[in-house]
Amino acid sequence: MAKELKKVDAVIVGTGWAGGITAAELTKKGYKVVSLERGKEQSREDFIGAKDELKYSIRYDMMQDLSKDTVTTRTSMDETARPVRNNSHARIGNDMGGASVHWNGVSLRWLPYDFEIRSKTIERYGESKIPENCTIQDWGITYDELEPYYDKFEKTAGVSGEVNPLGHKRSDGYPNPPLKTTPSIELFKKAATNLGYHPYRLPAANMSQQYTNPDGETINACMYCAFCEEYGCDFGAKGDPIVTVLETAKKTGNFEIRNESTVTEVIHDGTKAIGLKYIDNITGQEFIQPADIVVLAGFVFTNNKLLLKSKIGKPYNPETGEGIIGKNFTGHFSNISTYIGARGFFNDEKWNLSMGTGALGATVDDFSGDNMDHTDLDFLHGYEIRYYHLGQRPIDNNHVPEGTPAWGKEYKEKNLFYHNRNLIIRAKTGFLPNRYTYLDLDPTYKDELGDPLIRATVHYEEQDIKRAQHGVERCKEIMTEMGADIVDLIDVPDDVKFDHKFYTNHFLGGAIMGKDPATSAVNTYSQMWDMENLFVLGGSSFPHNSNHDPTETIGAFAYRASEGMITYLEGDGGLLVEAKQTSNA
Amino acid sequence: MTEKNNSTQNGHDPSRRNFLKNTGLVVGGVAGGSLLGGFFTNQSRSNDEGKENTETDSKNAHPARARMFFGRYEDFIVLAHAAELIFPKDDNGPGAIELDVPYYIDKQLAGTWGVNGDDYRQGPYTELEKLKKLKDDDKANHTRSNRGKIFLEGLRKMNAESKKRFDISFDEASEEQKSEIMSDLENGKLEMKSIPSEGFFALLKQATLEGAFCDPLYGGNKNMAGWHMKEFGGAQMSYANVIESEEFVKMEPVSLTEYQRNK
Ligand SMILES: Cc1cc2nc3c(=O)[nH]c(=O)nc-3n(C[C@H](O)[C@H](O)[C@H](O)COP(=O)(O)OP(=O)(O)OC[C@H]3O[C@@H](n4cnc5c(N)ncnc54)[C@H](O)[C@@H]3O)c2cc1C
Ligand code: SF4
Repeated sequence: MAKELKKVDAVIVGTGWAGGITAAELTKKGYKVVSLERGKEQSREDFIGAKDELKYSIRYDMMQDLSKDTVTTRTSMDETARPVRNNSHARIGNDMGGASVHWNGVSLRWLPYDFEIRSKTIERYGESKIPENCTIQDWGITYDELEPYYDKFEKTAGVSGEVNPLGHKRSDGYPNPPLKTTPSIELFKKAATNLGYHPYRLPAANMSQQYTNPDGETINACMYCAFCEEYGCDFGAKGDPIVTVLETAKKTGNFEIRNESTVTEVIHDGTKAIGLKYIDNITGQEFIQPADIVVLAGFVFTNNKLLLKSKIGKPYNPETGEGIIGKNFTGHFSNISTYIGARGFFNDEKWNLSMGTGALGATVDDFSGDNMDHTDLDFLHGYEIRYYHLGQRPIDNNHVPEGTPAWGKEYKEKNLFYHNRNLIIRAKTGFLPNRYTYLDLDPTYKDELGDPLIRATVHYEEQDIKRAQHGVERCKEIMTEMGADIVDLIDVPDDVKFDHKFYTNHFLGGAIMGKDPATSAVNTYSQMWDMENLFVLGGSSFPHNSNHDPTETIGAFAYRASEGMITYLEGDGGLLVEAKQTSNA
Repeated sequence: MTEKNNSTQNGHDPSRRNFLKNTGLVVGGVAGGSLLGGFFTNQSRSNDEGKENTETDSKNAHPARARMFFGRYEDFIVLAHAAELIFPKDDNGPGAIELDVPYYIDKQLAGTWGVNGDDYRQGPYTELEKLKKLKDDDKANHTRSNRGKIFLEGLRKMNAESKKRFDISFDEASEEQKSEIMSDLENGKLEMKSIPSEGFFALLKQATLEGAFCDPLYGGNKNMAGWHMKEFGGAQMSYANVIESEEFVKMEPVSLTEYQRNK
């Protein structure tokens, strides 16, 4: 029998940026908050000396323990899904601080176009431009309305950056100057500039200098140690929830994190959430933690799984197009985004590729969103072209020119020769939602506790493939301009299908936001239309995927949601926004 | 002098083997465990140019250079030769054997990785025919078998194939003969029960590269020679002062043993 605990003001699933920001904002206002985290407790000390590639980048020590819970995948509705069995196919956060601890730190705002994608597309090209199965919708908010929250996130995380020449209105500059540069970054920028594009330095949550954020948390200067993506920072130099928001919440005395606590259900009476049911991983004891406000911030898979299992909201049905929960699942899928582009091999140049940091690099926004004219293109949305100097660790990087044997003398020779002589530029593409890409519960496979796994059906539409191919072409163009002796493409075939990888960990949707309860699960305060004291945070609320990385936008919406929660707790409850009927569906 | 001669192309020590054979220490054609010590230490001795001489003395050999997973020497020697074929010794520096890659793989297979302990392990699994359609690097994840068993099956298959085709065990086969088998493994032409053979090749190659380039704490990348060859800095504390350099900055790599000592 589950043991019922004493009620608190708010209970939160997850301690990543989404849950962490909420915890900080509510506890600062004096509310008592309990955060439930399935993974272990961790602090800065855990990462001292964590420069172990095998442990973190090959065995994925910080990622979700798939032996307990995973995701099943298929590429169309008539296939049987199979589970993701090994972390080389899924890098999902698992411990205190979430994936937000081992992230790279790329901190980008999304575009004004993103939030009003449907109306702006119709305005510029007419409704017929939207492909048949494409389910894009406006978010119910504009960039200008979200801007103050972006600013807040950048200041909390200590983003180092320079202003994007093609960027949009900002109320302030970045809190820190850009990181140091390197010869290969400059080469990329020069080539892009020669071609008429507008490169700028990637905004990074790796500190270019020691920095104290508005909550009084100090983040150290980055050492460019290159054990960054997939690692906790050895020096407390990466803006992450452990060194910022979770610390801020702890200092208030109003905060408790319960680690090793796996949430299994939202307890509710049909109109209001009562609390969260969870199991202590160590003892197996079940508990119910009641609260005035219940917050789901357990990343897209857990959020959707909890809603479906707890029977909150109407599950999405791809046959009829009705229902919401699970709808518009999107992401940066590896083989049509992020891990595509051009790799250049240089015979006479050599770079310091042992060095770097997670978000060191430069990017080009000329093709982002609707920045290029799509009139004559057979796709919507766009891509970034990006060069990273994040460090080439030796197990993970064994790149040889195409046509080289996969083993033996020649393989070894080229592998060693090119180790510090190859650069990759990548196309990071947006992904627009379609009717047949969604989440539901798997009929066969179960998690450790016997609950169904979440199932992702990921279908690529023609426009997704065209967009990606367009991006690879630009990468080729820039890499050639950079002077590579050999340019190999990491290309996108016409018949490409989802590769069953959740490697980028940029996955979104399923409990999407909007103005109209008929086409959205939550409003722009991340409040469930059907259950006013339940807030569902994180990328699960995004109706589509931009080409830019999601986390800063997740952070911005978490600030907005916290503001809504405080209004809700201070007042008499109720919905924070009036539901509107739209013709958006 | 003899040491140089001993380290032949095939990478084993015929004179020692002959000696053991002649003295009756090799029973039924299976080499005794002691032979392996000689095989590895001679390799390293000849290539470290005397630096590691103490290791040739079995009393002073590194304790991690003993088999944890592999019971049969015969399997282990096939592994050693297969890994060396993938990542051979050349003018750039040592190959898999000298880097202690086989011992690295042995340790990995004896631990969590060998039994897929961190993976999702509920059925139904994917049948052999359907495994063929998966990406090579994902095949080993979806069979009912585990990595330890896949290695044993694959290595024994390679050895059996060598005996069948050339009437000689894999480790005694010529470079060309071994390469033929390795190509067939890579191209899915060896028949295995647990997984299509190209899936085992992907696993073997991955493990070999891990052993060549991991931190030495795992028993591979001996003397950080893998990192020297790649001019990789290892666990450097900071590159803040050099990252902007226009020139390539060569640095002596730092292992975690060294790095954590200062903490
Ligand atoms: C290697 C890597 C690099 C990345 N780099 C970037 C980048 O450069 N830029 C960018 O924008 N994004 C990046 N991301 C993505 C980024 O990490 C995520 O967008 C971000 O962490 C999402 O924050 P979140 O709070 O929503 O979820 P998470 O950070 O995933 O936190 C969710 C938390 O909930 C916990 N949880 C889940 N289920 C349960 C349950 N049932 N019970 C209790 N607790 C539960 C998890 O353990 C986890 O701690 C990267 C991701 C990875 C893996
Ligand atoms: S590169 Fe910088 S931010 Fe990343 S882990 Fe090293 S010191 Fe920390």
